[in-house]
Formats: sequence, structure tokens, C-alpha cells
Amino acid sequence: MSFAVELKDVRKSFGKTEIIRGASLSVKQGERVAIIGPNGAGKSTLFNLISGRFHASTGDILVNGKSILGRKPFEINRMGLARSFQVSNLFVRLSVFENIRCAVLWSKGYRYSFWRFLADAKDANDRTDEVLKMIKLDKRRDVLAMNLTYAEQRALEIGITIAGGADVILLDEPTAGMSRSETTRFVQLIREVTVGKTLLTVEHDMGVVFGLADRIAVLVYGEVIAFDTPEAVRANPRVQEAYLGSVLAEAQASGAHV
Amino acid sequence: MASNVYSFKPWNVGRWLIWSVFALVLVLAPMIWTSSLGLTMLSQIGIAIIACLSYNVLLGQGGMLSFGHAVYTGLGSFLAIHTLNFAAAGKFGIPVSLIPLVGGLAGFAFAALLGYVTTKKSGTTFAMITLGVGELVWSMSLMLPEFFGGEGGISSNRVIGKPVLGISFGPQVQVYYLIALYCFVATAAMFALTRTPMGRMLNAVRDNPERVEFIGYDTQQVRWRAFMISGFFAGIAGGLAALNFEIVTAEVVGASRSGAYLLFVFLGGATFFFGPIIGAVLMVIGIVLLSEWTKAWLFYLGLIFLFMVMYAPGGVASLIMMNLRVAAFGKLRRLWTAYLALGGAGATLLLGAAAVIEMVYHVQLNAALGPVMNFLGAPLNTASANTWFGALFVLATGAGMFELARRSFAHEWGEVQGEIEKEIKRREAL
Repeated sequence: MSFAVELKDVRKSFGKTEIIRGASLSVKQGERVAIIGPNGAGKSTLFNLISGRFHASTGDILVNGKSILGRKPFEINRMGLARSFQVSNLFVRLSVFENIRCAVLWSKGYRYSFWRFLADAKDANDRTDEVLKMIKLDKRRDVLAMNLTYAEQRALEIGITIAGGADVILLDEPTAGMSRSETTRFVQLIREVTVGKTLLTVEHDMGVVFGLADRIAVLVYGEVIAFDTPEAVRANPRVQEAYLGSVLAEAQASGAHV
Repeated sequence: MASNVYSFKPWNVGRWLIWSVFALVLVLAPMIWTSSLGLTMLSQIGIAIIACLSYNVLLGQGGMLSFGHAVYTGLGSFLAIHTLNFAAAGKFGIPVSLIPLVGGLAGFAFAALLGYVTTKKSGTTFAMITLGVGELVWSMSLMLPEFFGGEGGISSNRVIGKPVLGISFGPQVQVYYLIALYCFVATAAMFALTRTPMGRMLNAVRDNPERVEFIGYDTQQVRWRAFMISGFFAGIAGGLAALNFEIVTAEVVGASRSGAYLLFVFLGGATFFFGPIIGAVLMVIGIVLLSEWTKAWLFYLGLIFLFMVMYAPGGVASLIMMNLRVAAFGKLRRLWTAYLALGGAGATLLLGAAAVIEMVYHVQLNAALGPVMNFLGAPLNTASANTWFGALFVLATGAGMFELARRSFAHEWGEVQGEIEKEIKRREAL
């Protein structure tokens, strides 16, 4: 069995503070995994470790069977892993179309070419149009990214993440700051654009988590205390105690389907 | 409504038309400005256009604020003039028309070497390193007089060998046309760069280097490659300057030259491709003409820069594009009275300020020539309190009028922009 993402006893310290304390996790190919946990549990740090923004202090991380230790973010991206950001991280002075095309170029082999015109890059342009349709921004293609609405920026964020065709997708709180109806639509969008891919997502909205994930990893104080199907995680007393009990009660009280 | 179908896209008017006009201007300019000063200035403008555009590959397109661009134009100049001297001595066979390419290769090579260090960082650190590299090369110019020619610089003679097709590059006009040819090709090449994957990723690195790392691109590589491309064109400009002046002194690698590139590219407008071309024209007019007219020219340049940063941070190019947008929506007519008031008040302010500045300079520098100086044909007595009072009065009146005119203009401008935004929203909704 080969795993898309594999964490082996990963530890990460900032100064004397250990944020990730021996996290292990094996995500199968094509699986959708949500990582949940209280604030400060190290969810974002974990994402930053997997995507190469930070380097693990000890332990090993494998993407598609290869270790990413010491590799830079762009190298990990070329290995087939792409991530989104909690705060929209776009090319604000470029149009929607250009934003996506920039994310397509490397995967189509254009590298640093200055002897080919973008207008002639048919495969890259076609792929860009395809992605724009998927994220439903094809009508907004010439608008500058800075002039988009918040929900559109979130969609573009996802678009940039999937455009390069990576098979492992990391989404960092994709629905943060969205209204309930927007969230519902957005979860559908995420489902569509990640068909056949491995998905890891950090999410606070339990409705999204239970609606989207095949398995849920619960991270508490830098340790994975549970990694199982939604039903099993919900029934897990340790999880109840550490985190989920209060959140679930809250979610049920507010009428969310969990 | 008629305004629905009216669309105006200045960047779409037919690219070939713009390029033909550009070529035509380059060809015809020396037939219009036939004086020797005119030709000198045109030649320098052609060189400055290449240099400023090459600088904008870094600043406008890559977001790299370099304080040491003169290093690459300057080293290009030195390598070019040494090659020219070698060729003249018969040690090295190269036609004069290819000397600028030697400068370009030199600029490229130094940019590859020094830029490898510089482009490891971005933002403020990048700016600081370019400053350091600039100082380093400047101090080298003092330590290596064999290469940099010491105080006197390196001089040469561009007329070497037999004329080819009657072209000896002796007469200035022949050099001008060589510059014009290089200028056209270099401009076209740098424009083409903005339409390539490399050019677009450079914009992406400018906007958000962090995200670029997560879509497969190495930002250092993007910056380094852009730096080399920029260095190549900078070196070509330097090589042309060596041919044009037949002398290269150490000041061409100096900080003041680097500062001039930054200042005038900013003044012309770094956010648009054609901005640096305007900046280059302003640079030559500023440095050659203004310095002829007045000793206080640097002071005026500083003032212009200050005003530009305060009121139009996008430079002349953005002023043009913003007004084109207003014109496209048929609202320019509403602004012209406000423009007239602004212009009148500005002229008064300038007159008062210039009188005071010139009088101060006269007292400081030319007091030996007597208290009376000539200002725009009028004699001003710098020893008389009345003159000072008069000049200050004009200055104060101008300043007051300008502030009033500026406020009413800003108000009117804001209204027009609001209407345009509404109109755009309305069209989108259709």
C-alpha cells in the first residue's frame, strides 16, 4: 500500500516550544482527510511542514513515497503537492486568468522560458480556461484579483492550488469567513475540483468536516490522538474529552448537520 | 444608449500602429531637430530609453528596487570602450556596429555574477545589497585605474578601419541611427519579454513571491534570470554610450547615475511598459537642458520628484492612462476648467518659487557680479527688500491658489471617477 502523504513521528520546535510532538499520519491515495483540533493544536504548522514552508526538527515526511526533508516548497510542488492558504494569497495586480495561468505554467513545462509567447502556449491557456470553468470564475477572467469579492477570492485561491494538476491537495481552512450558504456551495466546489485526488484539509466548520472527509485526524497539542472514520471519531471518548464534545454540542445547538 | 457600444481600449488600438509610429519617430527625429544640440540629445535619449527600460524590468515588472543599476550600464561602457580600443589597435577584429553587443554581454556577465548574490534576497534586503554592490564597484574604479582610467577615464575613437557602405560612424547622425536601431530592437525585445512565461512569472514574483514558491517556481531563479536580462540590455545602453561619447569615466558606475535611473523611471511611471520611455526623455531634457538653463537644476529636479511622489505616485504614464480613461468615458471635457485653474495656479507658484530659488543661488554663487540678476528677461535686484518681498508674494499667492485649485480639482476628479465606476458596474450588470 503506497501512501500519498506519510508523517513519521514528526516533531517541530520553535525555540524551546515544541509545537508538533511526534505526529504520525498515513493518508492513502485518493482519500479525503480533515485535520481538526483546538486552536493552537498545530494544524497550520503541520501544513507548513508538509508543504515545505517549515522544516521538521526530527522525523520524516513522505509525499507520494518520497521524503521531502530539506526540500523547498517549489520542489515539493513539483512532486505533486499543492496547497492553499488560510488568508487568500493571490497575485493581486494580475487578472483572474493570469493568476491561474501562472499556476499552470510549470506543470506544462514552460519553466523560465523567455523565447515563447504566452499567447502561443495553447495547452497552458486551455488548461487555464478549464480551471476557470471549474471554479466558476470564467466570466470574471479579466478582473484584477484585488477587485474580486471575498468568496471569489477564496475560489481563486482553490483554483491556483489545483491548476498545476497536483494529486495531493492541502486546503487550509478553505471556507473561513464565509456565510453558511456560501460554505455549502463551496464544499460542493471543493468536492468537484478534487475528484480522484488526495485531499487534506484543516477546517473549523464541523459541518464541512463531516460532510467532506473520509477520515478525520484529531490533532491535540501537536499529537494525533485519533485518526479514523467520522463515526468512529465522533464516538471516541478521548476525542470527546479533549475537543470534540464541546464543539459538537455547539454545532448541534446551532442546527448544523453533523 | 450610444455610450453602451462605445468602448475604448488604448492598449488595443493596433499594436502594429504604435510600433510603426515609434519607428517613424526614431527615423524622422533628427530631420526635425537638426541642430547639433538636438542630435546630441536625441542620441542620449535613445540610449536612456534602453537603460530606463532595462531598469524597469527590475523595478516595474519584478518589484526589485535596485540602487545600483549603473553598475551594469557602466561596466558595459568600460568593456565596450576597451574592446573598441583593442579593435583600433588591430588586436581584435570587430565591426564598430557590434561594439554595443560587447557591452551587452559584459552587462549580462556581471549581472550573472553579482546578481547571483543580489537576487538571493528580495525587498529591502535586495535594495541594500544592490547599494553595497554599487559602492563596491565604485571603490574598485578608484583602485583599478588601469581598467577604469582613473580621473581622466578611458577615451577612444570610434572611427576605425575603412567605412562600410560609406558608414564610418564619424558623423554624429550615423551614430544616432545606430542608437535608434538598437533602441527599437531592444524596446521590442523587452516588450516581448512581458508576453512570455518568464515575464509573467516575474510579475507574479513582484506581486506575491511567497505564493510563487508553492506553484512550482523558484523565486530566486526568476529574479536572477530577470536580473541577467536586465543587465544585458543595460550593458547595450552602456556600450552605445561609449560609442556616442568616445570617453568613459568612472562616474558612469557611480551612485548618482544609479539614482538618476531610479528617479526618472519612477517619474515616467514604472507600472506601465512605456513609462520608462517617458522617463528617459525627461532624464535627458532634465540633465542636458535644465542644467544649461540654471545652476539650480538639481534643486528643481528634487522638487518635481517630490510633487510627483505626493500627487501622482504612478508617474507621468499613469497620469496619461488615467486621463485616457476619463476621455474614454467622455468626461474629460468636464475637467478642463479644473485643469486650467490648476495649470494657472501651478505656473504662478513655479514663477514665484523659481524667482526665489534663482535669487538665493545668485546671492550664494554670483554675488561678485553685482546684486542685479536676469530672471526670464527681467532684472531683479537681489539687494532690494522689495524684490524679495515681490517674489515671496508671488510664491505665496501661487501656493494659495494652487492649494485651492488642487482641492476643487480633486473634488471634481473624485466625482468623475465615481461616475465611471458606476458606469462600469452598470455595463457589467448588462
